[in-house]
Amino acid sequence: MSNPICGWTGKVLHIDLTTGELTTQYPARAIYEKYIGGKGMAGYYLRPHASLKWNDPNLPLLIFTGPLNGTIAPTSGRSTIMSRSPLTGTICDTSVGGKLATQLKRAGLDGLVITGTSDKPCGIEISDDTIEIIETDLWGETTDVVFDRLEADGPNGMSIACIGPAAENGARISAIMVDRHHAAGRGGLGLICATKNLKYISIKGTGKVRVHDKETLKEAREEIFRLTAASPVLMGQHGFSCWGTGSIFDLMDSRRMMPTDNFKKTRFEAAGKLNAAAYKTAFEPRRHGCKGCHILCKKIAKDGRNIPEFETMSHFTALIGNTDLELVVQANDLCNRLGLDTISAGATLACYREITGKNFTPRTLIKSLYEMANGGYLGKGSLDFAESCQKPELSMSVKGLELSAYDPRGAYGMSLAYAMSTRGACHLRAYPISHEILRKPVATDRFSFSGKARIVKIAEDANAVVDSLTACKFTFLAASLEEYAKAYTAVTGVPSSAHDLLTVGERIYYNERIMNAANGFCSGDDDLPPRFFTEEGTSGGGIEIKPLNRNDFLNAKNNYYIIRGLDKDGMPTAETTERLGLTL
Amino acid sequence: MKTLCEKYARKLVKQGLTAPGDPIVGGLDAELVWNRQDQRIKELAILFDELSINSLIFSKPAEPFATIIDFLASRYPDTIRPEDTETRTFLHDIPVCREFSAQAIVANLKKRKAVIIPGNGIISYGTVTPEQGFVFYSSTIFACFVLFFSEYMKEAKTGTIDTEFQAAFDKAVSHLPAPRTDLPTLATGPHNDEEIILSAMAEAGKAVVEYGLVDSFFGNISYRLGKIIYISQTGSSLEELQGCIDPCPMDGSSTAGLTASSELTAHEDVYRRTPVDCILHGHPKFTVIMSMDCDRTDCKNRGKCHVACTECRSIEGVPIVPGEVGTGPTGLCNTLPPAVASCGTAIVHGHGLFASGVTDFNEPFKRLLETENLCRKLYFERLSRLID
Repeated sequence: MSNPICGWTGKVLHIDLTTGELTTQYPARAIYEKYIGGKGMAGYYLRPHASLKWNDPNLPLLIFTGPLNGTIAPTSGRSTIMSRSPLTGTICDTSVGGKLATQLKRAGLDGLVITGTSDKPCGIEISDDTIEIIETDLWGETTDVVFDRLEADGPNGMSIACIGPAAENGARISAIMVDRHHAAGRGGLGLICATKNLKYISIKGTGKVRVHDKETLKEAREEIFRLTAASPVLMGQHGFSCWGTGSIFDLMDSRRMMPTDNFKKTRFEAAGKLNAAAYKTAFEPRRHGCKGCHILCKKIAKDGRNIPEFETMSHFTALIGNTDLELVVQANDLCNRLGLDTISAGATLACYREITGKNFTPRTLIKSLYEMANGGYLGKGSLDFAESCQKPELSMSVKGLELSAYDPRGAYGMSLAYAMSTRGACHLRAYPISHEILRKPVATDRFSFSGKARIVKIAEDANAVVDSLTACKFTFLAASLEEYAKAYTAVTGVPSSAHDLLTVGERIYYNERIMNAANGFCSGDDDLPPRFFTEEGTSGGGIEIKPLNRNDFLNAKNNYYIIRGLDKDGMPTAETTERLGLTL
Repeated sequence: MKTLCEKYARKLVKQGLTAPGDPIVGGLDAELVWNRQDQRIKELAILFDELSINSLIFSKPAEPFATIIDFLASRYPDTIRPEDTETRTFLHDIPVCREFSAQAIVANLKKRKAVIIPGNGIISYGTVTPEQGFVFYSSTIFACFVLFFSEYMKEAKTGTIDTEFQAAFDKAVSHLPAPRTDLPTLATGPHNDEEIILSAMAEAGKAVVEYGLVDSFFGNISYRLGKIIYISQTGSSLEELQGCIDPCPMDGSSTAGLTASSELTAHEDVYRRTPVDCILHGHPKFTVIMSMDCDRTDCKNRGKCHVACTECRSIEGVPIVPGEVGTGPTGLCNTLPPAVASCGTAIVHGHGLFASGVTDFNEPFKRLLETENLCRKLYFERLSRLID
């Protein structure tokens, strides 16, 4: 590159755990501009290998930062971890908080491409230019022990990502835990680490990220701060900063869209006693957040345990019929220590409960989680279990990934977003809750499909950009790509606008559709469980929760395909592929 | 989508922002639809190909706004930078596009949410619904109105008004509607029943919009019953409050106020400090203009008055306080409540007026309207003294 690179470090490190070989690659600037970073760059590196089986040693585990990481851009502490999901077979990227991305950037790296399998359990330790693959005796330990041991021996401020026993024992719903309080939860990426015999990665960097225009970056930062301060959802007295994401809990109850009893109902009678206020009283939490974030939505109990996120609060109560607050915190803490995805774990327990008719006691609930992590059949997720019982329709999942805690009958855009998501039933790909429930940027009719196909498509593109910069999606409940485009240009020097970035986001997302299509995913997979089209939710209080109208859903899905530039079977077309600068 | 396009076209006219029959509103899901036919649609349709948007609003503003934006566009050829809160927080600045061509408009809309095309009108867009375009359109007009009259006052003070500005000013003033002095008859309180409170809030909200005391979807309204505050939701239109009011317990037992107005904290603090029952907040234009009119040109806080002003400023006993939207360290939640508690009414610099009342909305509405009329009178009196 002729000009000094700003924002990016210009280096990607390839680590082959089979041979121990380390190779530094210097991607062309055009690649950075085409994929930005984070999710985009990880997708670029996954593409040639995306059809490898999840346990193939050559399937890469990708950890990528974005140009904003390590700068003063607000909420720029997140990173992307990506591979092919052992749970779903789709591509699977997760945006994870903590300080992983910041430390990696400070160590002079934009990303890690980890392939191969170590012959012995190992850890990767990065300290600036020193990179070591180290045999470890931590295999078998829970994540809290890994964090305790590594933090005791390592430098202050280092970041640690690790897996727990769940991944080691083959759980396809296993997570990667980052910096003790943050989870790369969905899709079973922990198992990708385990197949590589990789227990942990620790990173400490001391370098700085070069910024093209510091003054303009400060301006953009102030604009974003001003918008977040004006956001009731983020900084208001009932917002995430004060209460954590659990502040959504009361809204889901009042809007009658809290998934209850494995999505058979949409209202849980005991919800009023299980809300964020109840956690605040019972556990006296303190604020915590990702590196570079001023919102601090994470909450940590006085005793050091994580306060569950909204989805976990909901799935470990309403979805499985539990009214014991302490049990939720215990289950959440146990999932974190064992390295289990709490959303899939809760939804799988709910599926088991409905099929077997067995309610959970505190003892059986905790025992079930241990069994999931010890190689038990529930560790393979709800679809595997439901299919084994010849009742696949009772797995509340899309493409094998369990739905999170927003009932699609209460927000029609959400139903479409769940179905279209490239990694299965993910609520964050398009997050229609922002306009259907939280009224941002403006409110839409939650019981209508009108206009939703295009809204979902634009939001998917926008969030692909957010996960590539990388920043936090929650900030976009207040700010927009307009402000972040300014930050991106200030950091990198690349002229850009919100709409330019959306085109990049479209490319990044389409690339994922291409990878999924190559693995056999098509229109039939872009669908919801039949329950949502045939069964009512829990109406009342002036709100009617009807089954989704199948024809309306299919029309919206067809519109989505047209808008996304896919054919009628949801497959990529040569025309759109070429327009976006991709190849089939 | 067509229904929504038609709704916001009607709303632009109803709020006096554009002339009947003028707005062109387009919406796109799988197919592009328009509220009406127009030969300019061919060019506007290209914008949907070039931008990731799902709706578009284009219209020439009604007078006096057309005169105002065209004049400002002549003074600021590339970008207009108003200093009111709406611009500072949401618009940042307003680009000026010199030609009505898709290519030129796209270049500007890539950067900002609304763009002025002198002689043609304002164009704005949405990525979710046409409502976004409506809000940006309306905010652009509000911001330009405030800037225009503020600039004129400034130039009057320095004796630098030129003939173009004078002509534009005279024309704009000739189109200003006469101040309304009649008061609406709102439901009388005290209101002790939730249904009655919701109805009274909806009625008062409609009146605030009808009297032109707030633009687009800004402003908010609340009523306290015991330990519950009923408050309009964030981004709700004060004239359409049905189903858009959140009951927020003051005891911290619920986070149901997650979708409540960004000013909930300020409202709640007022209620904690003083035994009032209701609060109305609007953005009356001359109140905003006068809140920004300060003679201390050498002040060390010049340029950051909206957050750092330390002067005890007031208009006829109504205090003016600094403060930004929401709850940040420089948020109005820190400055407004003590001012409202002591005076019943307070103006936030460059933003708007908060008025409280006991028992029902008649009292705060009267304060809102009278303060605006007073500010308008003071504006022209001050001008008259300067020019004479």
